[in-house]
Amino acid sequence: MPRVSAWFIRASLCHLLGGFTLGALLLASKGVSLAPGVWSLRRVHIEMLLVGWIIQLVMGVAIWIFPRFVLRSAPRRSVVTAWLAFALLNSGVILVTLGASFVALGRIVEAGAALSFAAHLWGRVSPAGLSAM
Amino acid sequence: MPPLARWYIKLAMLYFIAALIVGVAQAVLDLPYLGPAYVHMLVVGWITQMIFGVAYWMFPKYSPETPRGDDAVAIGTFCLLNAGLLLRVVVEPLRAWRPDAAPGWLLVVSGVLQALAAIGFTLNTWPRVKVR
Repeated sequence: MPRVSAWFIRASLCHLLGGFTLGALLLASKGVSLAPGVWSLRRVHIEMLLVGWIIQLVMGVAIWIFPRFVLRSAPRRSVVTAWLAFALLNSGVILVTLGASFVALGRIVEAGAALSFAAHLWGRVSPAGLSAM
Repeated sequence: MPPLARWYIKLAMLYFIAALIVGVAQAVLDLPYLGPAYVHMLVVGWITQMIFGVAYWMFPKYSPETPRGDDAVAIGTFCLLNAGLLLRVVVEPLRAWRPDAAPGWLLVVSGVLQALAAIGFTLNTWPRVKVR
């Protein structure tokens, strides 16, 4: 798989670990008494699993398996947009998890990741038989 | 498709159906305490389980001898994920309905089982994420 896909997928595995660990803590707090501030981590748990784990894994796998450009005609910007999507998505997740005052900024950065990802993948959504590699 | 991937994917589909039935029951019978079970049956039982199954099946081979990594870890991950989730979707609504209906430490066990499943999946999948 391309290097950028490997980074997407490895980052998603890190978010899976973090998100499930926080989820275990939140669930445990429903059964036994833990520190009262535990529930402030709920937003971090949701963000890590929905965006950091599921969405990031889908993006990484899509970049890996969708039909690719012919190497000599692949625009250089294609690789740049994929890496930009990776950087923006993870920056957005981190911003959202920092606190309520960063949520809006984090969402804007994540929207930038979505745009960059679409810019990368749009041209690769081609009819069957036209994939060149 | 390897047998374990078939188990993952079939169970994922069953969770998908069960989650939507729970969602309907929650709405029609006005049972708000089913909310967390409904969400986690979808996100963990359906989506995450489907990802685990398809990744186990289709990710690059670990080695010619053990193409899908350590089979014991993979089977353990499947068991931990489903035991933890099943425990949650039974115990959490029960305790929300009547706190003395089930002991609270069962939720601790459920959380630990699911977190261990995430560790098992990561251990087996990380070496299969290969740059080529």
